[in-house]
Amino acid sequence: MDVPNLPPPMWRHPEFARGARDMTGTALGIAAWGLLTGIAMAKSGLAMPLAVLMSLLVFAGSAQLAALPLLAGGAPLWVIWATALCVNLRFVIFSAGWRRYYADLPRASRLRMAYFAADLNYVLVMKRFPKPAPLAESVPYFWGGVALNWPSWQLPSLLGLWVGDRIPPQWGLGFAGTLALLGLTYSLLHDRSTWIAAVVAGAAAVATFALPLKLNILVAIAAAVVVGLLIDHSTPRPVVPEEDLT
Amino acid sequence: MSLGEGVLAILGLAFITLFTRSFFLFPERDLPLPAWLEQGLRYAPLAALVAVVAPEVVLTQGRLITTWMDARLPAVLAATAWFYWRRGILGTILAGTAVLLAFRLGLGW
Repeated sequence: MDVPNLPPPMWRHPEFARGARDMTGTALGIAAWGLLTGIAMAKSGLAMPLAVLMSLLVFAGSAQLAALPLLAGGAPLWVIWATALCVNLRFVIFSAGWRRYYADLPRASRLRMAYFAADLNYVLVMKRFPKPAPLAESVPYFWGGVALNWPSWQLPSLLGLWVGDRIPPQWGLGFAGTLALLGLTYSLLHDRSTWIAAVVAGAAAVATFALPLKLNILVAIAAAVVVGLLIDHSTPRPVVPEEDLT
Repeated sequence: MSLGEGVLAILGLAFITLFTRSFFLFPERDLPLPAWLEQGLRYAPLAALVAVVAPEVVLTQGRLITTWMDARLPAVLAATAWFYWRRGILGTILAGTAVLLAFRLGLGW
């Protein structure tokens, strides 16, 4: 019997390489944050095997940072989980966006992708494929980004566990992560409505910073979506020139 | 917290990562999202990025900074200038971090 030709492996697809390449710009910022998260885990007093397990399995930096003091303080499990759930709520919003790209895939593939889908993966897929549609090449593009993003986070995170607080805080490593996001933000600003939405989001996030559980991020998203929609709907349509019948 | 409890807590956290990231991807059938929400979703990632960046730049321990002598401000200016000059994110990070270190370690800002 003929052996059917296997499809070429996903990592050979040109979009896989492109996805990885597009992630290289932010990888340094992600690495800086991974390192800091690792250091924070080491300093929290979490037992080393637990810290390694947390880094490798949880793979959600801000939820990890929020859960650490609770874990160390022996908080009830439901409090730890509820906290992480609130910090991760933005991913629920992003998952509605992912659906427009990947709804046609089998559920197992969707779940596998969702688990690895960090913030930057969504931003880059959205930038590369601005019109959300189930495109076959967006899948290798996604995995290419994951192939770079996952180790860029995990290796420095594990390194951070090991070096502990031997890195002086005034080096401002955390700010490298902020700068990566700043550059990414600039790359998404291309018209009046995105600029206004960004300014509104920034103001809302600063004004509601005192809210617990990073809920200011949700307030900022809600405010930006509302303002963006208002602009989209209030902008007058371009006047279509009437046909010249003379 | 015992090791067993810690493992349980972490497994739960990993499940929450999967649960939130797959929330709308899990169902087989399309959930009817209102059209305006679908359209508004394009602002969500941008807003989430800005919501993380803005407080990191203008707040210190939850309060607005009251001085210009803060190394983060020249660092953001340098990063912004680099981005609009060269468009690369890696360069943006390096330029901003270099200026941050110069002002922080050199001038004590």
